[in-house]
Amino acid sequence: MMAALFKVMAQLVLLLLLAPLVSGFIKTAKARLQMRRGPGVLQPYRDLHKLLRKGMVIPNTASWLFSATPYVVFLATLLAGLMVPMVAADTPVGLVGGVLAVVYLLGLGRFFLALGGLDAGSSFGGLGSSREMTIAALAEPTLMLAVFTVAIGAGSTNLSQMVAAAIGEQWRFLAPSQVLAFAALFLVLIAETGRIPVDNPATHLELTMIHEAMILEYSGPYLALIEWAASIKQLLLMALLINVFWPFGLPAGWSAGGVAAGAGWLAVKLAVLSAGVVLVETTNAKLRLFRVPELMAVAFTLGALALASTFLF
Amino acid sequence: MDWVRAAFFGGLIAYLAGAAAGVAGYRTPRLARLGTFGCALAGALLEMTAAVMALAQGGAAAWTVPFGVPLLAWTVRLNPLSAYFNLALGILAAAVSIYSFGYVRPMEGRRNVGALGFFYNLLLLGLMAVFTAGDAFFFLVAWEVMAVSAYCLVVFEHEKEETRRAGMMFLIMSHAGTGLLLIAFLLMAQASGSLDFASFHGLASTLPAQEQGLIGVLFFAGFGVKAGIIPIHVWLPAAHPVAPSNISAIMSGIMIKAGIYGMALVFFDFFSAAPVWMGMLVLATGVVSALLGVLYALMEHDLKRLLAYHSIENIGIILMGFGAALVFQTMGHNTLAGLALVAGLYHTLNHAIFKCLLFLGAGSVVHGTGTRNMEEMGGLIRPMPVTALFFLIGAVAISGLPPLNGFVSEWLTYQALLAGFGITPLLTRVVFPITGALLALTAALAAACFVKAFGISFLALPKSEHAAHAHEATPSMLAGMGILAAGCVALGLGAGWFLPVFDPITTQALGVRISPALTAAHGFALAASSAHAGTVSPLGIAGLLAALAVLPALLWLAWGRNGARATGAAWDCGQPGLTAANAYTATGFSKPIRMIFSALYRPRREIQAEYEVSPYYPTAIRFESEIEPTFEKHVYDPFRDGLLRIASRLRTVQAGSIHAYLAYIFVTLIILLLLGVRG
Repeated sequence: MMAALFKVMAQLVLLLLLAPLVSGFIKTAKARLQMRRGPGVLQPYRDLHKLLRKGMVIPNTASWLFSATPYVVFLATLLAGLMVPMVAADTPVGLVGGVLAVVYLLGLGRFFLALGGLDAGSSFGGLGSSREMTIAALAEPTLMLAVFTVAIGAGSTNLSQMVAAAIGEQWRFLAPSQVLAFAALFLVLIAETGRIPVDNPATHLELTMIHEAMILEYSGPYLALIEWAASIKQLLLMALLINVFWPFGLPAGWSAGGVAAGAGWLAVKLAVLSAGVVLVETTNAKLRLFRVPELMAVAFTLGALALASTFLF
Repeated sequence: MDWVRAAFFGGLIAYLAGAAAGVAGYRTPRLARLGTFGCALAGALLEMTAAVMALAQGGAAAWTVPFGVPLLAWTVRLNPLSAYFNLALGILAAAVSIYSFGYVRPMEGRRNVGALGFFYNLLLLGLMAVFTAGDAFFFLVAWEVMAVSAYCLVVFEHEKEETRRAGMMFLIMSHAGTGLLLIAFLLMAQASGSLDFASFHGLASTLPAQEQGLIGVLFFAGFGVKAGIIPIHVWLPAAHPVAPSNISAIMSGIMIKAGIYGMALVFFDFFSAAPVWMGMLVLATGVVSALLGVLYALMEHDLKRLLAYHSIENIGIILMGFGAALVFQTMGHNTLAGLALVAGLYHTLNHAIFKCLLFLGAGSVVHGTGTRNMEEMGGLIRPMPVTALFFLIGAVAISGLPPLNGFVSEWLTYQALLAGFGITPLLTRVVFPITGALLALTAALAAACFVKAFGISFLALPKSEHAAHAHEATPSMLAGMGILAAGCVALGLGAGWFLPVFDPITTQALGVRISPALTAAHGFALAASSAHAGTVSPLGIAGLLAALAVLPALLWLAWGRNGARATGAAWDCGQPGLTAANAYTATGFSKPIRMIFSALYRPRREIQAEYEVSPYYPTAIRFESEIEPTFEKHVYDPFRDGLLRIASRLRTVQAGSIHAYLAYIFVTLIILLLLGVRG
């Protein structure tokens, strides 16, 4: 019981503290690649600290749902994060939910975020909500297909089991089905975290934005919770990708040495995956909204091919 | 003393008494309202009691009610499957009856409350009889009682043209379905030599392959009309919205489940192992119904029609479970079949509860605002806070989000589909994960649709005078909704302890007790046929969400305390002041979906702008947008036209001459005699 509690606490701290760093790293790396100085890696922490101390303005047209939303989003994302293996294959709350619960908890957060966007009654909020729900709906089947491909190989939807199965075969990530599933999930990662070419996280007021439009009316501590949740969601999706496909160096259980090594490997692998995201963001232009379905169709095809190749190979 | 029997017949008599009260209170609407809905409530409670006791006993009870006419005795069969559907009916009928006390009250003196109560009780009685009929004859009689009373309720507001058209379509399609059922039952009876369901057990699987296929398809189509599967669904989105909302709740909540009950009866009782293609047919129909159902729902801005399309979607999800169960059973994987069957049956109950809740919520909104059009609502969360909360619970549940009940049954469905991949070496197994992916698409689109349904109706500013002056529902209406909302929570969090209810059903149908394989940690978590294959615990999710709430509280203590909290205007894009016209509309919200799936919708739009000086400053804009009703235009209209053309040709034989008619009769007689001699 105490051990379980310790694991939960450790992973909570890791999620809360590491998530802004990953966002900061991506932002800085992107700036460097574009020959800009950019903000420091620690900028997201400063932003969160500042937002948490600030006062906030609630739209006078909003209802209680507007205030409840940041909490629901933050808590649901955090709980989803607890279910994903980070530094050890064994997740702290594996009994409570596996990969399906992760997907659906993120869905719960999105549901409320979209309602929060509609609540103030401004045009931008509705615009963001409508687009966010549409793109999420298009990304969802791909996500499930890729997840199923891995789950079928592992014979389980429990993430600890899925990762443990991956650890068992270190080189399996080179198998065609795994490569294709990885590619599909990478596209889902881009779409779900609102990055170029699907959405632009760096913009706040233009007609192409999606996520930022939805949360336009939030300020102060509420905005901090939402931003924090967004970076945690990004971290957990990346961790999911990393630990399911590149599990080398990941310990099975929570021994002190193993966890330290696992954390080190996680940092390295996060850096590599972030670099991939940065490359995609820098070398692509944002797609028109109605070209995004095509990208998602590509992702779905990749997922379907991944599934078919588990059958063939 | 047999308590189950006493409770069952007590419920039956209470419904009859309710119907009688409707007739007696023809001229005294207040008495009619209290009498009919009071009796219905009593009947529902008794029915629930009987169902719970029958499920606890586990075995099948059967009683015969003689009518004093030879060969005509009504066999009541209360086996676990019947008891389960009776339980769902009892819960819904109780909640809706309580709701109706308040809902029907404004109709007093303006409408015929006695007739409403009479047919309401008759509908409940018919449903109860359908779920417990022990032979084909009484099954069909009960089926007709249900259909006809439902028709009378659909056309309750018969002064509207739309209502009469919808009612007629319902009646025609319902009877076409009954016709198919009649043929199928006759074929079964021919094979068994009896009308008794007991003699049908496992019989269909012993017939020649072609006959099996015919019987299976006839039953599937016949019950499918009632369940609202695509493409024989068109009556459902027409008929459900025009009925009074308490009736819509019963129809969408449980009456369409009569079709599901029929399918369960046929596929898991009459068939012992249906052909694999039939399971695949059910699965494919499920996928098509679920996906098209939700896609059409997204285009609706009539709140009740939107909900009606979601019924089609959820019937599709139920059929995914049933289809998978059929395939697994035929391949001899009875535990997996049990998992899939439980997924389908659990979703049946869950959908009954949250769809009933949502229709009652929609009823309260219509009651409070006088419109079904979402574009005229908005901001209802302020005048109707409790209704809004209950509707939100229903919306979260139907979107399959944790920790409520919809999540549990969708999770089980995913697990069943995933397990399907491992059972066969054939390429057909790819069907299962693809189905799972399409289920994910359906669920995500459903979430988008309910963001729209709740967000446009209840949030932002009121878009019309009706919405601005809306009023909250009466206490009895809120109580009715509250019971169902509590049901959504309880069936979600307590799922692990509810699953043993399915043991008698799976034992009867498949010979396996499934709940030990589907629960872990003493019911705290659900497992997918084994703990290794994956677990989930809605209760754990809820508990951890509550426990994690400490974190924001700490953050607030550490930093947020000092921050001021002000209210101000939302960003109005520089226009002077935010008005309801700035907010997103239901049509606008679903526009991206409409464009992405334009190949399906074939949308048509028309914009007319009037301006005086420059087109950039229009004085009035008229916007019209509609999607093509694919099935009506390409399937039903040609069919109807063809039918009318044949009918007008045939009219020549009906010339009005009595001599000609006598000649027809004579010729027919001769032909029949010749046939008789030959046979």
